[in-house]
Amino acid sequence: MKVGIPKELSQNELRVAATKQTVIRLKKQGFEVLVEKGCGVKAKVSDEDYAAVGAEIIMTASELYSKSDIILKVQPPTEQEVDLMKKGQVLLSFLYPAQNQELLKKLADAGINAIAMDAIPRISRAQKMDVLSSMANIAGYRAVIEAANFFGRFLNGQITAAGKVEPAKVLVIGAGVAGLAAIGTAKSLGAIVRAFDTRKETAEQIQSMGAQFITVEIDEDGSTSSGYSKQMSQAFIDAEMALFKKQAEEVDIIVTTAQIPGKEAPKLILDYHVKAMKPGSVIVDLAASTGGNCVFTKKDEVYTTENGVTIIGKIDTLPSQASFLYGNNLCHLLDDMGAGNFKIDMNDDIIKRAMVTFEGKINWPPEPLAVSAQAKTEVPKPTLEEETASKAKKVRKAVISNIITLAILGGLLFLLGGVAPSKFMGHITAFVLAVFVGWNVIWNVTHALHTPLMSVTNAISGIIIIGGLLQIQDEISDPRTIMAFVAILVATINIVGGFVVTYRMLNMFKK
Amino acid sequence: MTTLLNIQIEQIANIQIAAYIFASILFILSLSGLSSQETAKKGVIYGVIGMLIAISSAFLGGTINGIPFIIIAIVIASIIGIIVARKVEMTAMPQLIALLHSFVGLAAILVGFSSYFDTGAEIHDAAEKSIHLVEIFIGIFIGGITFTGSIIAWGKLTEKIGSKPFIFKGKDMLNIVLLLASIVLCVLFVGSEGMDGKLYLFIATAIALFFGVMMVMAIGGADMPVVISMLNSTSGWTASALGFMLGNNLLIITGALVGSSGAILSIIMCNAMNRSFFSVITGGFGLEVKTGKKIEGKVTSITAEEAIELLKDSQSVIIVPGYGMAVAKAQYPVFELVEKLRKKGKLVRFGIHPVAGRLPGHMNVLLAEANVPYDIVLEMDEINPDLPETDLVLVIGANDTVSPGAQDDPSSPIYGMPVIEAWKAAKVIVMKRSMAVGYAGVDNPLFYKDNTEMLYGDAKATLNKLVAGIE
Repeated sequence: MKVGIPKELSQNELRVAATKQTVIRLKKQGFEVLVEKGCGVKAKVSDEDYAAVGAEIIMTASELYSKSDIILKVQPPTEQEVDLMKKGQVLLSFLYPAQNQELLKKLADAGINAIAMDAIPRISRAQKMDVLSSMANIAGYRAVIEAANFFGRFLNGQITAAGKVEPAKVLVIGAGVAGLAAIGTAKSLGAIVRAFDTRKETAEQIQSMGAQFITVEIDEDGSTSSGYSKQMSQAFIDAEMALFKKQAEEVDIIVTTAQIPGKEAPKLILDYHVKAMKPGSVIVDLAASTGGNCVFTKKDEVYTTENGVTIIGKIDTLPSQASFLYGNNLCHLLDDMGAGNFKIDMNDDIIKRAMVTFEGKINWPPEPLAVSAQAKTEVPKPTLEEETASKAKKVRKAVISNIITLAILGGLLFLLGGVAPSKFMGHITAFVLAVFVGWNVIWNVTHALHTPLMSVTNAISGIIIIGGLLQIQDEISDPRTIMAFVAILVATINIVGGFVVTYRMLNMFKK
Repeated sequence: MTTLLNIQIEQIANIQIAAYIFASILFILSLSGLSSQETAKKGVIYGVIGMLIAISSAFLGGTINGIPFIIIAIVIASIIGIIVARKVEMTAMPQLIALLHSFVGLAAILVGFSSYFDTGAEIHDAAEKSIHLVEIFIGIFIGGITFTGSIIAWGKLTEKIGSKPFIFKGKDMLNIVLLLASIVLCVLFVGSEGMDGKLYLFIATAIALFFGVMMVMAIGGADMPVVISMLNSTSGWTASALGFMLGNNLLIITGALVGSSGAILSIIMCNAMNRSFFSVITGGFGLEVKTGKKIEGKVTSITAEEAIELLKDSQSVIIVPGYGMAVAKAQYPVFELVEKLRKKGKLVRFGIHPVAGRLPGHMNVLLAEANVPYDIVLEMDEINPDLPETDLVLVIGANDTVSPGAQDDPSSPIYGMPVIEAWKAAKVIVMKRSMAVGYAGVDNPLFYKDNTEMLYGDAKATLNKLVAGIE
């Protein structure tokens, strides 16, 4: 199996789908690795580096595509790139299938089996291949670094000989992976961090990163079974806007990360929010690529408003770090698909959702998959009438079965009385009454005392000693003597052992 | 002169009957004393007095022979009994109780045979004789089952015999055939003259012994509480059958009390596992094909240090112990931990599942041994409503009794069994030796929950670390 890594054509794309370390991993998995000349330059990986770990350097893209069985890419392929691919080739790349219907059609027509790395379902097993998370982690970190760069003050509070410096206040909107990474970074730089998310379940995660969870007074949960948040009601949005207004007046840095899959990013920071901010404040908009969370955001630009607020719509992706993590995600996916014994299993939960084109057909959108921790199922409660009806039925049933049992019992006793001698009937009387007494007494025994109950009944059943006493004879030679002797012996052990151990146990119970 | 003597004998016999009735009353009081911890000790004392009265009144009849042998037997047995009862570890209670059950069974077989060979007894009435023989037969038969059944149960509990259910094809068929054979033997036995029936009796005894082995061998370790209760019950019925055989009302009454007590315990245990008594007795879980759903999710584990932090942060803690705590003998460190947490003002309680351990009430005894006050030890039904408001649940060596699969996975073999709803708490720490399955042989979805953390290692060693870490 040959894995090929082409050069990324997009000017702004600095990442590459494999680094030195991930090539080593791929080789270990049993793949041959081909890299296009110069593919890693922007991510600071030279051709020599690749060659040193055993990758074959291919001079042209067309040769690379024709030789490889599996293509690893970062950006979705362009039209020219699709033309270079061959039927049956496997492509692993970001594809944004929801926005790129055209591309999917082309890939399907060309017979490419394309896996959209951004469509890997967010289930626990797939965490190690979740490129959105690994890239978001970088983005969140970098967002705070960028903000600190443009923010003209310390982030941490200091009391120095020259005067007291207040710590910066940072607001993070959206506590996904990027948001949490931003919280962690800002916190470790010493800022006071607050975070907002519509999903209630994130409160704990936010607090665990050391930030304060801020929320609106309206009780509405934005969680969905897909793990992303849904769009909220108008009342909620109004309250949210008011909250942001108040926060905008206070905070120095806002990092927004709110994105809805397959849709334009929601507008959260409006005109009047920006106007309310202090001069020198910074907004970092991580949703810039899908339209931005701030109305003023310009994609791939850094821009300062009239009142001196810097809005950052462009984030450096830390190409060598990002390439390494992305490459690892790809390795994990290939590992999951059998590594050297590579196989496409369309029954696999991950593959069947991420494989957006397969054998000439478009396989998008996938069937939904619930990942949220506790999916709630409502059990229909029986109505009051139904309940009383079923209760009454039960009672009636119990009464009938009781009557039948009693009738049978009575019949048997009468039959027995007809044939048995009177002495036997006396014994039966004692027996039956004792069973009833025992039955009623034992139900009252508390659960905690069941073990002592067993040991005390053990002791009491040692009463069998009386059988031995009645049977034992004077002559040792008589087998009855020996049998009775043993019977007395074991019965006495029961009596003495049972009572002593029960007493010992009961002594332990203390209030 | 003879009439005077006769009157005297009759008088003594009546006194004996009165003594027996008094002893029976004391035994009933003894059992009812166990309804609460406050009166339980008084109950034991009633039992002891009842037993003393019963034994001494047996001598009143004046027909007791071999008194020196009796004294020797009683002295030896008392010494053994006292030593064993004082030495036994509370974790080994199930074994001891199983062993004591087997003694009752053994005594019953011996007394039964002895009574059969008793040529002195004069019975003229044919019906009376038939009934007497049936009584002997039944007494020995139940005694035999109790004897070997308890021995096997003891072997399983001490792990001398594997705890996996032993089941083979045609087992039910074989049991039915043997049961029919026993009935035939009983008829032949009753019909035979003098000592001629002894061969039938021997064969029937062998069948009964075999039955006892088969029955308990087929039962898995998780069902042990039911088996022990059931053997408790049969040991009672054995005593009762002996009473019929010897025409002794005290034995009949006492046996019936014990028999119904064991039967009730069996019912309680079966309800706690949502299993019918019949299905427990006729075979283990192994017969069912149910395996439970495969569980999606990830198991996360933490270190003792992280667990200490979680404990420190929690205001309310519920500890759910299971058989694992008994195996690791971890009840003492558990109590130390509880004491430390309580001193810090935290609300700490125990939640006990009815079938936790291998004996009804096993956990309560272990915790009591470690001085845990019984008012913080609560039953499953008492603790379940409080779980959603609880910060942390600490599961120590319990598995199936805290499995959410029992509630939401109809394909699980334990589906429908009432369980402690540990997962409803904010956080759950499961202390366990490894990821092995519980006795029911099913994976536990609790371990895969997001709010569950595994804390691997020997329960005792880990608890000691936790105790040391909380200052």
